[in-house]
Amino acid sequence: MADINLTVNGRTVSGTCEDRTLLVQFIRENLGLTGTHVGCDTSQCGACVVHIDGKAVKSCTMLAAQADGAEVLTIEGLASGGELHPMQAAFREHHGLQCGFCTPGMIMTAVDMVRRHGGQLDEKTVRHELEGNICRCTGYHNIVKAILAAAEEMGAGAKVAAE
Amino acid sequence: MGVEGIGARVTRKEDKRFITGKGRYTDDMVVPGMKFAHFVRSPHAHAKIGGIDASQAESMPGVIAVLNGKQLAEDGIGNIICGWMIHSKDGSPMNMGAWRPLAEEVVRYVGDAVAIVVADSKAQARDAAEAVMVDYEVLPAVTEAAAALEEGAPQIHPEAKDNLIFDWGLGDEAATDAALAEAAHIVELDIVNNRLIPNAIEPRAALGVYDEAEDHYTCYTTSQNPHVARLVMSAFYNVAPENKLRVIAPDVGGGFGSKIYIYPEEIVCLWAARRTGVPVKWVGDRTEAFLTDAHARDHVSTVRMGFDGDHNIIALKVDTIANIGAYMSLFSSATPTYLYATLLSGQYRIPNIYGNVRAVYTNTAPVDAYRGAGRPEATYVLERAMTTAARELGVDQVELRRKNFIREFPYQTPVIMNYDTGNFDAILDAALEAIDYDNFPARRSESEARGKKRGIGMSCYIEACGIAPSQAVGSLGAGVGLWESAEVRVNAVGTVEILTGSHSHGQGHETTFAQVVCDRLGLPIEQVSIIHGDTDKVQMGMGTYGSRSGPVGMNAIAKALDKVEVKAKRLAAHLLEADESDIEISDGELKVKGTDKSVPWFQMALAAYTAHNLPEGMEPGLKEGAFYDPQNFTFPSGCYICEVEVDPETGMTEIVDFVAADDFGNIVNPMIVEGQVHGGLAQGIGQALAEGTHYDPETGQLITASYMDYQMPRAQDLPAFKIKHETTACPSNPLGLKGCGEAGAIGSPPAVINAITDAIGNNDLTMPATPAKVWKAMQN
Repeated sequence: MADINLTVNGRTVSGTCEDRTLLVQFIRENLGLTGTHVGCDTSQCGACVVHIDGKAVKSCTMLAAQADGAEVLTIEGLASGGELHPMQAAFREHHGLQCGFCTPGMIMTAVDMVRRHGGQLDEKTVRHELEGNICRCTGYHNIVKAILAAAEEMGAGAKVAAE
Repeated sequence: MGVEGIGARVTRKEDKRFITGKGRYTDDMVVPGMKFAHFVRSPHAHAKIGGIDASQAESMPGVIAVLNGKQLAEDGIGNIICGWMIHSKDGSPMNMGAWRPLAEEVVRYVGDAVAIVVADSKAQARDAAEAVMVDYEVLPAVTEAAAALEEGAPQIHPEAKDNLIFDWGLGDEAATDAALAEAAHIVELDIVNNRLIPNAIEPRAALGVYDEAEDHYTCYTTSQNPHVARLVMSAFYNVAPENKLRVIAPDVGGGFGSKIYIYPEEIVCLWAARRTGVPVKWVGDRTEAFLTDAHARDHVSTVRMGFDGDHNIIALKVDTIANIGAYMSLFSSATPTYLYATLLSGQYRIPNIYGNVRAVYTNTAPVDAYRGAGRPEATYVLERAMTTAARELGVDQVELRRKNFIREFPYQTPVIMNYDTGNFDAILDAALEAIDYDNFPARRSESEARGKKRGIGMSCYIEACGIAPSQAVGSLGAGVGLWESAEVRVNAVGTVEILTGSHSHGQGHETTFAQVVCDRLGLPIEQVSIIHGDTDKVQMGMGTYGSRSGPVGMNAIAKALDKVEVKAKRLAAHLLEADESDIEISDGELKVKGTDKSVPWFQMALAAYTAHNLPEGMEPGLKEGAFYDPQNFTFPSGCYICEVEVDPETGMTEIVDFVAADDFGNIVNPMIVEGQVHGGLAQGIGQALAEGTHYDPETGQLITASYMDYQMPRAQDLPAFKIKHETTACPSNPLGLKGCGEAGAIGSPPAVINAITDAIGNNDLTMPATPAKVWKAMQN
């Protein structure tokens, strides 16, 4: 058994689980944070993407024990003080979701994408970087639109903050 | 149109929970004492079961029970049924073999469930399942339908001699043959419609709960139609009487048809919950989804289309072999018959049509309806034949289609359907303009200069949604009616709750259904709630498939609103001392026309519930229901044009432009309708370019059983889509809706393939048109 201590969405949490427990299972089953989803067994679909120490990671690709001591952000922790993150708001505004199952992973991937590119994103890059997130409902059209819109807003926000 | 009424681009009410991680899917459900199931599945495509030894598994840590098919049979759990009777040409009923929820004597496909392990944790259940020893005597297997019909092929069910389930025909064969004999030109094609695996991103799941004190069952499950699930589990599977069984389909992560059916797992979880005394949860993994979710399409057809000397189509004859898989799933018999051959007339005047379909058992996963269900297969046959004909006749593909368009409505086809309305020229023109058809030659030259092959392909589809009047489908063999129900509850404070038998698993009903109410009553959308997916809350309903939530589900709401409106107006007239016929409803008020007298909607509602001052004879309260049975199928139609660039070095196809111009009748929310089209296009383009299902023909192993082997369309495989709408309102329902859920998947595959074959100059190409196949076709 493994003892796990983590910071999840800004709160310190701890738990015990089998050594073989995946981080996604720990998040969903031990912590009850069911916004992170499981859509495949081969780390292809991206429904389980969370941020580990600020970077997007498929939480089915690592053991909970490997995340010991890490800072984890899940979809539940993205909005702050009742205010939606610009990426969440953009997904709603641009109809970037239908059934909602891939959505948490898409949003977490997209937030990291914007961070890495500093808001300088074009359609081709977005489509390329969504390679690890599968959506069966939207045909990606509105997801791409939402990410580009949020990138612009987040980029503008960053610029204002810098000034 | 109000800002939130019919036609408004309203953002979705349901989105907040999904974008904040607060959606509630079946796997998110937790009940006290819940335990976990794992299914023991056949690793063989065809085998006899000699015996099952669970002794080692039962002694493993955390294991509560290992249950098998014999025990299931002892408890009287029935066979899984097919809900649509088809008769062969000779009048004999279809030859249906038995499908046991847990196989007892023979397994017939890889993934066939033979036992369930219930344990304290998922991992323990999985570990123990691997220790269940099943003694299999492996039998020869067959995976392709044509091969299954051959002499000496393995016999899969004793009830179906030579694996033939039915040999069915629609239309006048003699007249069609006679017309073909007179034809000036005949186009002949062999067509394969590739097998698909639906792949909703949420895997199927079930949580069975048994309350011994009440002898009551609850099933949380990933269903598109929880009431149908309850009906079938009660009436046919003997799980529990309807009044003792509650089925809840909470948030469901995509369906596309694959979650219509009542699968072994939910039946077995409910039964196991009673046998073991603990709630039993099963969540499928992706491999199980590939192996056991109902697959789709898998037709092999030959087509003959005859033209007269003036390029009019005079006859169409299609012979199809449909692979049904190892068992007959719920709508498996209807999909390749009444949802397929009835659409073979397409948008064209074709005086003679005959379709013959042989349905065949094979040692593969059951095949059933998936987005489009039969209509994509019909459209693919017809639209590949039309483009092929244009090439052979040396005429423009647009002009050949236009020449044969139906322009007078209603139009009776020779294959049952009576098209009520449409304007095929208008959608064709809209698509041609959006793709800039006239300037294609210049774009082709430009591509050529870069060493690329450019092609343009089109597809004009018509489909049928709804599905149909219950009496009509009953006469064709359906075991159920295809109406929908709605209840409108106006609360005492005037807010409104809609209880609908439709089920949303991505379609946005919580928004669009509310828009119908806002449009009628002038209430803000926040004051309208949609309740669905729970048989304890909602009256009997038929669920969501066949693009029916709009044309049937929303019209049921409209009918119930009619009744609410009548009572509300009568009450308002009484309160305002006016005549009922002078009352109008707008902006949250009931007003006396031409005066400044009015009563707010909420005051009228309160008056209905206080009942202190009602018109004579009026019952208190304000709640009305309706069951809406459609008068006809609805007929969405469209024209899709695809432009591709093929790299001759690699055979790689890039879709450089794609236009979808559709006529869905009236549109409630354009944003949501466009989203439905986008998703359908991705699935259709996925079928055309990427998605191939491969069973090893010898062993029956599914080679493409993961996302590493089955290519799902990714964002970079798809273009930004151009969406256009032309509207001819549907005359057969009050809201004028035709349905929009499946069109994208129906119209797009032939447009893509017609574009690639145009680019490479070789018509001999099957889906999925992978780079390897395209490259090979270019070498010939």
